[in-house]
Amino acid sequence: MGGWGMGRGGRPTENTCRMKDTPLSNCERDFLLKAIEEKKRLDGRQTYDYRKMKITFGTDYGCCFVDLGKTRVMAQVSCELVAPKESRPNEGIMFFNIELSPMASPAFEQGRQSELSVKLNRQLERCLRNSKCIDTESLCVVSGETVWQIRVDIHMLNHDGNLMDAASIAAITALCHFRRPDVGIQGDEVTVYSPEERDPIPLSIYHMPISVSFSFFQQGTYLLVDPCEREERVMDGLLMIAMNKHREICSIQSSGGIMLLKEQVMRCSKIASVKVSEITELISKALENDKKARKAGERCGFAESMPQERITALKMDETPVEMTDVTDRANDIVQNTEAPPQTVPSPVVPVPGVGQIGQGLQNAWGLEEDDEEEEDVSSHEEEEEQVTKMEEEQHEKESREGYFIYFNWVHF
Amino acid sequence: DTSVLAGVYGPAEVKVSKEIYDRATLEVLVQPKVGLPGVRERSQEQCVRETCEASLLLTLHPRSSLTLILQVLHDDGSLLSCSLNAACMALMDAGLPMSCLFCGVTCAIDTDGQIITDPTAAQEKESRALMTFAIDSKERRVMMSSTKGSFSVHEMQQCIAVSQKASEKIFQFYRDSVRRRYSKTL
Repeated sequence: MGGWGMGRGGRPTENTCRMKDTPLSNCERDFLLKAIEEKKRLDGRQTYDYRKMKITFGTDYGCCFVDLGKTRVMAQVSCELVAPKESRPNEGIMFFNIELSPMASPAFEQGRQSELSVKLNRQLERCLRNSKCIDTESLCVVSGETVWQIRVDIHMLNHDGNLMDAASIAAITALCHFRRPDVGIQGDEVTVYSPEERDPIPLSIYHMPISVSFSFFQQGTYLLVDPCEREERVMDGLLMIAMNKHREICSIQSSGGIMLLKEQVMRCSKIASVKVSEITELISKALENDKKARKAGERCGFAESMPQERITALKMDETPVEMTDVTDRANDIVQNTEAPPQTVPSPVVPVPGVGQIGQGLQNAWGLEEDDEEEEDVSSHEEEEEQVTKMEEEQHEKESREGYFIYFNWVHF
Repeated sequence: DTSVLAGVYGPAEVKVSKEIYDRATLEVLVQPKVGLPGVRERSQEQCVRETCEASLLLTLHPRSSLTLILQVLHDDGSLLSCSLNAACMALMDAGLPMSCLFCGVTCAIDTDGQIITDPTAAQEKESRALMTFAIDSKERRVMMSSTKGSFSVHEMQQCIAVSQKASEKIFQFYRDSVRRRYSKTL
C-alpha cells in the first residue's frame, strides 16, 4: 500500500479565501479516500469509534473543559438578572455563543462571522434551546420584571475535527455543573444572596441532548463517526443527530448536499443512541467525581486538572520573596532621580472646548500669544521653510500640513 | 488559581493592509472567559503587545505576521502578569527570536501600606493601589508598567524593587520548565 502522501501544492478544497489555511493536497485526499474504502482510518480507529474523551472542570461552577482526542473546547456558564422578553414574561432567557478562537486554528479569524461559526451556533441553539432541556420557567424571579439570563460561552481551544460534538458535550456538562445564586423575594424587592450566605442552586435540567456527527464519503457509500480534521476536509457531507439517553431525537441536520436513504438515517440514529448513552454515562461520572472532590475540599481547577507527571508540565508552589533591602534601594533611586518637570500654566483656549498646537499656528498650550515669534525663531532649521510657508497661511485654521493636534475637552 | 492559555502562530502570511516592510506584525488577542472582548481586553492587549514588540527581534521576519492568542481560563487576580508570563513562555516555546525574556509581576498596596505581590482577586479589591510591571531578564529593568489607584513615588519605587526581586524566581521557573521540556531531546 502507498505510504503517506504529504506533498504540498494541491488545489485548495474550499472556495473561500482563508488566510492561513494550508490546502489539502491531492495525494492526501486520495490516500484518505482509499483508506476509508478499505475501512481504515488514520488513527487506527474503527468506523464507529469515538476518540478518547476527557471532561474536566474549572475552579468555579459552570466551567468545563472537554477534550475529544486533540480537539479541545471550554465552556463557561454565567448568569445575570435581566428584564424578560415581552412575548414570554415568565420565562428565563438562554443565550449561547460559540467563539471560534484563532487559537484553535490559524484559519479562524477574530471577529469574522465565518460560515462555520454561524452553522455551529445555529445547530447548538436548536439542539439545546428548542429541545427544552432546561426548565426556563424556573428561571423566573418576578414575572414580567426580572428573570435570569443564562449565558453559555464556548471557546474552541484546538480544532482537530468534530467541533460540534465537543461543543454540545461541553455546553450540556457546563449547564449541569452550574450553580446559580439563590434569590429571596420580599414583596417587590429581590435580594440576591452571595455564595457565602446561601448555597447556590443548580439549574433544573430535564434531559441532556448530545450531538453525534456522521461524515459521509463517496456519495453516501461510506460513513465515519467522529471525523478528525483531515477526514472532515475530504468528506462529502455531514449528518448531525442530537439525541438524549431516552432515545429521543432532539435535532437532526444534514449538510453538504448528500442524498441519504431512509435505512441509512435509521442506522445512524441507532448508532447515535448507543454513543449517546455511553457519553451520558461519562458525563455523569465526571460530575460525580467533581462533586465528591469539591465536598472533600480538594482544590479544583484547570491548574489542578493538568497531569503533573508529564515532562511538559511544571509546578512551583507559593514562594516568598525577600524584601529586606527593598526600602534602601528605593530610597536611593528616589534621591538620584531628577525633580519632576515644571507644570505648565493652564492653556489659552481660543474657543471653548478646542485646543491646538502646530507649526505656525497660535499655540494654545501654555505659551502666551506674545511668545509666538520666539517660538518661530527657536524651531529647527529643517522646518524653517515650512514655518515661513505656514506664516502665510496663519489665519487659515483648516490647513493640514505639519502636525496639528486638536483636542476637544468634554465637559462633565 | 489564575490560569491563562497562550497560543502563538507565526511567522505566517500577513494581510497587505497590515504588513510592515521591514519587520513582523505582531497581533495580540485576549479572549475573556465570558462575553465578547471589550475595552479592558484591548488595553491588556496593548500592554502585552508593547512588551513583546520590545523583546522580539521583529526585523528578522519582515512582512510576516505573528499572532499571539491569550485565553483567560480563570481570573483570580494578577491577570495581566499571568498573561505576560504565558505570552513569554509561548514565544519561547515557539522558538521565535527574542533579545530578552520578560515576566510580569503584580504588586498591590493595601490600606496599611503593606506591599503584597501576586495578589488574589479578594486582595486586589481591598487594595489602595495595584501595579503590574513587566521586567526584562537581562538587566531587570522595567519594560512596561500598568497602574491603578493612588500611591507615592516612593511606594512605586519600592514596588519596582520588589518586582525585580520576584522576577528572579519567575525566570528560574522559566529555566526549569524549559530544561524539563527539552531534557529528553537534547
